[in-house]
Amino acid sequence: MSAVLQNLVNQPYKHGFVTEIESDIAPKGLNEDIIRLISTKKNEPAWLLDFRLKAYQQWLKMEEPKWPNVKYRQIDFQAISYYAAPKPKKKLNSMDEVDPELLRTFEKLGVPMHERAALAGVAVDVIFDSVSVATTYKQKLAEVGIIFCSISEAVHAYPELVKQYLGTVVPVGDNYYAALNSAVFTDGTFCFIPKGVKCPMDLSTYFRINTEESGQFERTLIVAEEGSSVSYLEGCTAPRFDTNQLHAAVVELIALDNADIKYSTVQNWYAGDEKGVGGIYNFVTKRGLAKGANSRISWTQVETGSAITWKYPSCILQGENSVGEFYSVAVTNNYQQADTGTKMIHIGKNTRSTIVSKGISAGHSNNSYRGLVRIAPTASGARNYSQCDSMLIGDQCGAHTFPYIQVRNQNAKVEHEASTSKIGEDQLFYFAQRGIGNEEAVSMIINGFCKDVFQQLPMEFAVEATKLLGFKLEGSVG
Amino acid sequence: MIHQDSKTILEVSGLRAAVEGVEILKGVDLIVKSGEVHAIMGTNGSGKSTFAKVLAGHSAYQVTGGSVLFEGQNLFDLEPEERARAGVFLAFQYPIEIPGVSNSHFLRLAYNTLQSQRGKDELDPLEFEDFVREKMKLLEMNPNFLDRGVNEGFSGGEKKRNEMLQMALLEPRLAILDETDSGLDIDALRIVTNGVNKLANKDNAIILVTHYQRMLNYIEPDYVHVMRGGRIVKTGGKELALDLETRGYDWVGVERRVPASA
Repeated sequence: MSAVLQNLVNQPYKHGFVTEIESDIAPKGLNEDIIRLISTKKNEPAWLLDFRLKAYQQWLKMEEPKWPNVKYRQIDFQAISYYAAPKPKKKLNSMDEVDPELLRTFEKLGVPMHERAALAGVAVDVIFDSVSVATTYKQKLAEVGIIFCSISEAVHAYPELVKQYLGTVVPVGDNYYAALNSAVFTDGTFCFIPKGVKCPMDLSTYFRINTEESGQFERTLIVAEEGSSVSYLEGCTAPRFDTNQLHAAVVELIALDNADIKYSTVQNWYAGDEKGVGGIYNFVTKRGLAKGANSRISWTQVETGSAITWKYPSCILQGENSVGEFYSVAVTNNYQQADTGTKMIHIGKNTRSTIVSKGISAGHSNNSYRGLVRIAPTASGARNYSQCDSMLIGDQCGAHTFPYIQVRNQNAKVEHEASTSKIGEDQLFYFAQRGIGNEEAVSMIINGFCKDVFQQLPMEFAVEATKLLGFKLEGSVG
Repeated sequence: MIHQDSKTILEVSGLRAAVEGVEILKGVDLIVKSGEVHAIMGTNGSGKSTFAKVLAGHSAYQVTGGSVLFEGQNLFDLEPEERARAGVFLAFQYPIEIPGVSNSHFLRLAYNTLQSQRGKDELDPLEFEDFVREKMKLLEMNPNFLDRGVNEGFSGGEKKRNEMLQMALLEPRLAILDETDSGLDIDALRIVTNGVNKLANKDNAIILVTHYQRMLNYIEPDYVHVMRGGRIVKTGGKELALDLETRGYDWVGVERRVPASA
């Protein structure tokens, strides 16, 4: 790929993040007054302010985790401004106004039309002239009783539901970053699938009509009632930039009896330059509670961006026969660092979990898998299968695996497989000898390596992810 | 078969090459014309496999002297993949495993890359499937090979057949078979060599790199070369191979041996 294109991928683009007027921004620093200010500005009910203050009190007593296998400069939490009034993205009136270079990048990545529009900040209605896709979308969902809106909206419109579930999977004092998020989160997504409803389409944040940025402390809550199912897509393959370096999101999923939640992420945040300068710190807490019998929670993630990734989408398998899944591809290049994996906590009888983790390291990057499989004494007949594969490209990068297994029940069965491979000169020579150049060879090898994960992704996401990986690893071989 | 209107495909003059600073090839001379089958024999370490890899362009080897013309073009001006697209094929002594990449996908990509290079139509997956199945019959291969990863978990014999299948698909001008006979049982050897014979024609040329004469019972070479100390020290007809079989390699080229420092 040309250097031009490569630069494009790793370059902040001009549109969409223009700060027009920054009048309504809180002073830097974190204290109770700031939290009260956030809550007042958002016109929140008292219970939510209590929630925030409790989280803040916990946070004060906590320490930043030191155990992840990542290195970064100490974050000054008092140098961050925790509230800015939601500012609408700069709206463009047609695709013609979008930077043509950006469009070419989308083209190369194969980003679908509607996504391109949303990403570039063009009003979706303009692109699809007859009926707004987003509006149709919302109508369809409303017909079956699905609630899909921003969490701020939900706090006002559905306070009982939010109150009932918020913080039940990730308690306010769960960990340092979750506590911080609970204290200061500004917005995010709320999704509620009522009893027996199979969500008729994949839910994606692009189509949430609210176009304001959620900010650096995003909060997502998804509840699937008895017998319902939903597939939720987060992120996108196109590069995403943000002026905030620290991102600490919390995602909570709750599946009741026979409910099924599938959560897919493609993360391509700014990773810093090729020397490791800049880039997003992505410290996320994602956890699903498979609360009901026969419920299922499935995480699929393709992590390619961020300077530092600290993320362990987990499942608490409480209901009998509940199922947890984690499929992950984590790619690090240049000086990126990723410490990612999952936790599968088996509590209910005959609970099952599957972990498939594929780590690809290139350049000077470090990629760690960290996983915990815990079988509680109550989890008779529980089963886990874990597979952790690492691939190294070049000889300056690192791949690490930290699997923790705790089994407290004699009837449980836990399997763990791991492998490390290297894209070698010999493999590339073999391809070359058959007329296939390095770039295409690497892409084929990588896609072969990630196949088990990619096939878990919704179709169009999978196609994009495939291209994205080729993109990210461009020039790292040969 | 040597024929009158044959053209020179490969012209190697004084080729020298080193790996990690140690010179392995010390002046190889060889001319290969279309329609010819050449056997290069020699003991371990004589440089015959190095010669094969240098022609294909393996990056671990540095060319330190001499020249190679392939159909009149300087071979060293071409990247390995360009050499392949120009019609140089190397059947690997140890074919590489590529887990997760399906054999059919790999074969089709290789085939279509060459087709487009030659200005011919590429085949879609269904067309290719029919096409490749025909070729597989030639090598008595089970169609389930297509669904497996490239060489992944293949037995030694299966890997070699897969190499021959690629040769059949790519129809190279020059095929270099690096110890394709090693690790084959007698049935597999018959099938593989039978395949090679069917692929040989008056427009292409084949270089067989081998230790043993036994492969030459099935593929009749026009020339047999003996390599020693990084040079071709003796050239003869197919009867030379039989001589080597009975007398070993020690007697060949002793009188011409040059000190390593030369």
